[in-house]
Amino acid sequence: MSDAAQKTDGEKIEDREANLKGIGCSRKRTEDARFIQGKGNYVDDVKLPGMLFGDFVRSPYGHARIKSIDTSKALAVPGVKAVLTAADLKPLSLHYMPTLAGDVQAVLAEEKVLFQNQEVAFVVAEDRYIAADAAELVEVDYEELPVLVDPFKSMEPDAPLLREDIKDKTEGAHGARKHYNHIFTWEVGEKEETDAAFDKAEVTIKELISYQRVHPSPMETCASVASMDKIKGELTVYGTFQAPHVVRTVTSLLSGIPEHKIHVIAPDIGGGFGNKVGVYPGYVCSIVASIVLGVPVKWVEDRMENLSATAFARDYHMTAELAATKDGKITGLRAHVLADHGAFDACADPTKWPAGFFNICTGSYDIPTAHVAVDGVYTNKAPGGVAYRCSFRVTEASYMIERAMDILAKKLGMDPVELRLKNFIQPQQFPYQSALGWEYDSGDYPTAMKKAMEKTHYDALRAEQKEKREAFARGETRELMGIGVAFFTEIVGAGPTRNCDILGVGMFDSCEIRIHPTGAAIARLGTKSQGQGHETTYAQILATEIGISADDIMIEEGDTDTAPYGLGTYGSRSTPVAGAAAARVGRKIRDKAKKIAAHLLEVGEDDLEFEVDRFKVKGLPEKQKTMKEVAWAAYNNLPEGMEPGLEAVDYYDPPNMTYPFGAYICVIDIDADTGVSMIRKFYALDDCGTRINPMIIEGQVHGGLTEAFGIAMGQEIYYDEGGNVMGASLMDYFVPTAVETPEWETDFTVTPSPHHPIGAKGVGESPNVGGVSAFSNAVNDAFAHLDVTHIQMPHDHWRTWKVCEKLGLTG
Amino acid sequence: MIPGSFSYHSPATVEEAVGLLAELGDDARPLAGGHSLLPMMKLRLAPLEHLVDLRKIDALKGIKDEGGTLVIGAMTTQAELLASDVIAGQCPIIQETAALIADPQVRYVGTLGGNVANGDPANDMPGLMQCLDASYQLTGKGGSREVKARDFYEGAFFTALQEGEILTAVKVPVPPAGHGYAYEKLKRKIGDYATAAAAVVLTLAGGSCKSASIALTNVGETPLYAAEASAALVGSSLDKAAVDQAVSLAGAITAPASAGRGPTHYRTKMAGVMLRRAIQRAHERAAG
Ligand SMILES: Cc1cc2nc3c(=O)[nH]c(=O)nc-3n(C[C@H](O)[C@H](O)[C@H](O)COP(=O)(O)OP(=O)(O)OC[C@H]3O[C@@H](n4cnc5c(N)ncnc54)[C@H](O)[C@@H]3O)c2cc1C
Repeated sequence: MSDAAQKTDGEKIEDREANLKGIGCSRKRTEDARFIQGKGNYVDDVKLPGMLFGDFVRSPYGHARIKSIDTSKALAVPGVKAVLTAADLKPLSLHYMPTLAGDVQAVLAEEKVLFQNQEVAFVVAEDRYIAADAAELVEVDYEELPVLVDPFKSMEPDAPLLREDIKDKTEGAHGARKHYNHIFTWEVGEKEETDAAFDKAEVTIKELISYQRVHPSPMETCASVASMDKIKGELTVYGTFQAPHVVRTVTSLLSGIPEHKIHVIAPDIGGGFGNKVGVYPGYVCSIVASIVLGVPVKWVEDRMENLSATAFARDYHMTAELAATKDGKITGLRAHVLADHGAFDACADPTKWPAGFFNICTGSYDIPTAHVAVDGVYTNKAPGGVAYRCSFRVTEASYMIERAMDILAKKLGMDPVELRLKNFIQPQQFPYQSALGWEYDSGDYPTAMKKAMEKTHYDALRAEQKEKREAFARGETRELMGIGVAFFTEIVGAGPTRNCDILGVGMFDSCEIRIHPTGAAIARLGTKSQGQGHETTYAQILATEIGISADDIMIEEGDTDTAPYGLGTYGSRSTPVAGAAAARVGRKIRDKAKKIAAHLLEVGEDDLEFEVDRFKVKGLPEKQKTMKEVAWAAYNNLPEGMEPGLEAVDYYDPPNMTYPFGAYICVIDIDADTGVSMIRKFYALDDCGTRINPMIIEGQVHGGLTEAFGIAMGQEIYYDEGGNVMGASLMDYFVPTAVETPEWETDFTVTPSPHHPIGAKGVGESPNVGGVSAFSNAVNDAFAHLDVTHIQMPHDHWRTWKVCEKLGLTG
Repeated sequence: MIPGSFSYHSPATVEEAVGLLAELGDDARPLAGGHSLLPMMKLRLAPLEHLVDLRKIDALKGIKDEGGTLVIGAMTTQAELLASDVIAGQCPIIQETAALIADPQVRYVGTLGGNVANGDPANDMPGLMQCLDASYQLTGKGGSREVKARDFYEGAFFTALQEGEILTAVKVPVPPAGHGYAYEKLKRKIGDYATAAAAVVLTLAGGSCKSASIALTNVGETPLYAAEASAALVGSSLDKAAVDQAVSLAGAITAPASAGRGPTHYRTKMAGVMLRRAIQRAHERAAG
């Protein structure tokens, strides 16, 4: 090709579009260059001069009174600088800290320990090894108390009293408390109407569906480095924070240090999945120690501490009921949930939502009436209750309805897909008002379900299953085949500030951009990537909106001094909220750019049209100005009276949540002799509205499905009767490797969100929400022809084998 | 997950190593690949002050076929076992087992000597060595002795190894040509120890079982050589009745702990399933 030809090619609209790398482009992740070369900058990489290290003394007991703490031997170890206990924090009123859920949590245990591995003392030393040696020398005298691990026994009249600090509080943060171990009751829906629907129902089902306690287990554990500059009176905190601005505000409120003198920095984060939303004793202790000692103090959790002491997820025990007609039209849903919150209510939900958005539990179905009540209780377990790769309590809700649908289908003798198709909210019903109060923005469920059936040859699978069941009965195979169907609707993008806030700060988000004279730009947002690829995708949104290449836009997050205030990344809110702010910031830039272009081209604004990366004069296409030219002019040649520069900021308060959905189908073969299951096929169709980067979506879906697989098939943080936390190491806690992980088949439909500026909905968490149900339904379906209604998760080898044994299927 | 402090010694000969161990006494431990020892030190379960690293001792390396007996140096790694033509030709069950241990990274450094000397019933090689009727050569300041794998294990982390001794070599009698073998292991994921595992070596003569040897992994305080179950197969055609009998006799000697891998009952049953599958595969191989 000649140079001249190349030049004209370079001007082709497709080439210009390709060069933009905007929305829809499977652009490679820009952040990966540093990650795959080991050049990321994580909290543990932060090394400040004179930095000390903290380590915790933790409780060996699940419930015990602290009679005395003797730190003298630890303090005598050379290199030990301080040992903090509750007695040191109390004068500062920091022995307890407020939680996001309106409770308080002990930073260091004062009179009692309430869960195994609870923080009791914080040893600060010159290095990590000295700190660990000295922690062993802190002598704590305990008196063991009766332990409460079963949430169903929490509210018995003679249950052990856990929280002496609030025993006389009859009003909690969310209304009246019924018992000293009760936290809240949360009710939503029409009780009488629902009860009436059940009274009239032709068919009903009722089942206790438990979702076990699990842990997000991010690859990087939680950590912080606090550095107090006593001269300037400024505090800098590096930490594993999914929501750095909130941490800054909370730190200011707790410490009394003015907010502008606090610098919170979340550097690269190695996965969060909800685990890094809350504030932990480790953060507080490193800050207090730095304030006391005047030098930087680092705290880094080890794996066992992470699994046993920082926030868990789920532990929801859901009694689900469905009412239906004989031919399978659902007429009502009733549910009661017993929520085990552990020793402190440190659930990470928007303030007014003690059970998160659990009321999304009517799922994808047009259920005319429903009622839900959730009771939160205390037990001698670690606090938490975070959204492990899902929006607040959405995986729990989705799991409940998707299991209940299969149970109802079985009772009616219907195919699970047929029952779903019969009850779906229809495309023309959107925006749809659900019985429990949500307005679903958009969806086309039947199309997605039917596409999934076609792609997986669903009917052929059912025929094969029938044959296999007969072969099993004849003794020709030892395998049981299960087909798991799940259709989920997520609710993400919290959220409208009218009903969503964190400690009083509305859940908006933000984007700010500065376009430099050469047409390159830096944009900053209030969210914080933990691996989601924000540096890549936000630049794509901005590229399309503004008309400069994504490669020329640097994205920055996590430094509260430079980023605009935002509420952080969790609950799939980055794209729905900050992504919307990015699109709007782009539009503000383009509006100003248009004025400048009109000035440069000496035409009226209305004479211009925008095309990919430039403004053209209508009817005179050779008269044009590229965004790069406009950017340059913004600094030297402006219309009369216009202020120089090309910058914009946008704070976006979404009018509604977004409702991604999807259809998943899983095919499993279970070895009846061992309980070992093989996932033969997993098909995941996701509809997240407008697709910004298909490659990243696929990666997010793979990751979320792998976590869902881990949860459904093996993850559990289990406590024995003595309150000992079992399985809190990666030897036992099931994090699948590449070998166990099934192969994923991904697919999509596109139903844009009508209220989001670019129609995008968020996708990172959908696969966890839909995946868990699909795996669990597949295992249950393998036994659906037998006398089994519901098998509790996790579906690990021995539990599955026990079902086989009970049914007399084992060899 | 931070170990206490310790001092590190790196002797060049077996004599030097046993000398050091004798001198340092109770607080010293040999260090081989470190993939069992270091995790224990990080949990501060094993307070110890001295590590005597065996890595520089050349005499502890290598695989030799000494006329019917394979002599494998204690410091031979699992990866080296997997790469050895001698093992592949003479005793392939060792490779089948090694490939089921942990993951490639662990196998590059974890040693056969460390695996069998460790005394953890969850290790895979001890059961296999019992099945193969191997012996361990133990060397102390006073000289060397040999102890059969079947006599070596006394309880969880208790073995016949005396203070100051190191295990220098594992001696494996080469099974007869044409033998059938299989190591069946049930685990939850890559890198996991066995829920239950079974090792089987057998020979056939004229369609019936001439000899059989069975051992089980991780279903008791020690690896379990299943003598009666082995005997139940001999003389049979490995028909269902004989296999059932062997499975039931083997099950009777198990006493697995209830743990994350499953309750006692399940793990005992799984020992039986693994054994049944191992016998079947060994049979096919011997016949084939
Ligand atoms: C993630 C992971 C998964 C694993 N999975 C498995 C598995 O599935 N199956 C399995 O069998 N193992 C497994 N292991 C353990 C691994 O095989 C170890 O390497 C092995 O148990 C010990 O061998 P080593 O060379 O590492 O010994 P070390 O850890 O160095 O030593 C172990 C013990 O033996 C002693 N010792 C070592 N060598 C000698 C010697 N020559 N003489 C006397 N005493 C000695 C040491 O003092 C120590 O007490 C796993 C380990 C890890 C980290």
